[in-house]
Amino acid sequence: MQQEVVLAMLAKEPSYGYQLRARLRDALGPLGDAMNPGQVYVTLTRLEKAGLVAVERSAGGADRSDRKVYALTPNGQQRVAEWIAEVSWPRPDLAEFHLKLIAAASAGLGDPLTIVDTQRRELLRRLRDAQRAAMAEPDHSDAALLLEGVVLRLQADLRWLEACEQSWTVRRSGS
Amino acid sequence: MSDTASASVVRSRGLRKHYGRGEGLVRAVDGVDLDVAPGETVAVMGPSGCGKSTLLHLLGGLDRPSGGEVSLNGRRIDDIGEKALARMRRTDVGFVFQAFHLMEELTAVENVELSALLAGSSTRVARRRAEGLLGRVGLADRAGFLPSALSGGQRQRVAIARALSNEPVVVLADEPTGNLDSAATLDVLRLFESLHDAGQTLVIVTHDARIAATADRLISMRDGAFVDETRLSGGTTGRLGALVGLED
Repeated sequence: MQQEVVLAMLAKEPSYGYQLRARLRDALGPLGDAMNPGQVYVTLTRLEKAGLVAVERSAGGADRSDRKVYALTPNGQQRVAEWIAEVSWPRPDLAEFHLKLIAAASAGLGDPLTIVDTQRRELLRRLRDAQRAAMAEPDHSDAALLLEGVVLRLQADLRWLEACEQSWTVRRSGS
Repeated sequence: MSDTASASVVRSRGLRKHYGRGEGLVRAVDGVDLDVAPGETVAVMGPSGCGKSTLLHLLGGLDRPSGGEVSLNGRRIDDIGEKALARMRRTDVGFVFQAFHLMEELTAVENVELSALLAGSSTRVARRRAEGLLGRVGLADRAGFLPSALSGGQRQRVAIARALSNEPVVVLADEPTGNLDSAATLDVLRLFESLHDAGQTLVIVTHDARIAATADRLISMRDGAFVDETRLSGGTTGRLGALVGLED
């Protein structure tokens, strides 16, 4: 998880680590299940060392990270503002699969259509899992919106595989 | 083979539908063998023009095949008379279409009860049953609404309630989510899943991968024929979190 995400979750108000985790859980739903519970605390410790967060108070004077209330420092606030304004988007890595089909065909290592089929099944399984998770979410939950993004991306990938299938079918029958 | 035949709700062998002749011959459905088990949800996927809608019409007796066999519930329907075919459509099949095909001048509950009334049910029995079905699709509070006052997703759910009204042995759906946005599609998928859980047999032709991904069995159709069949059993290689960048 990006440090900026944890930082930004803290922007609302000074919070305990468990409160940040709860906010992440609400926002991510079943997609957050993979999160390691300790990850937020590890990240908070790093952010503290970097001077982006500070401990506002510790309950009972204990030194345990789960008893501390964290707050953004001025540097931390600036970093969050920059991050919010940043334009970034994950790059889809389609070139690798594209080159796999070309290499398989040109060197006779495999049938591109079989490779497309296998890939399609895998994407359909992912789509099934994402769709099931979306169906289990209450309407208008934050997690449902994220799952819709997953579903739409997988649909786009499946459409591209369809285009790959058509193209390689034509190439095969042409050769 | 005979065991499969007797256990299948929908069965076809060498099913064909050809249009035109000579140079202009179109093989819309070209030799389809299909067995759908009771309680199974089967999705037939393919590009538009692959023959999947024609196939659905043949399976439901809306259209006559050029050759081959179709059986519903163990009874051949390709060689029976028009009257018997119409009766079979009324009693054994529920249809769901992309464009809903509701009667615009009738309310939701009147649309749902219509086929039961035509089949001879009393008005009271038909109404009670229609109200129950609207409850089942989550629209009990919309019973008195005209279709024009309902959203696309709600109209399709009314159409699904209507398709269930005569307790069909199979529901045949043609692009049921074709006119719906994401949220309404989700509602229809949830509804199909609840029907599946209740043991309803479903055959859905679609190009919507979301439906295909949630079916028991997925058949790919090209140029009038089945080219691939998939059961999406087994897990994915990664967990959901990986799909949104939360883990590698």
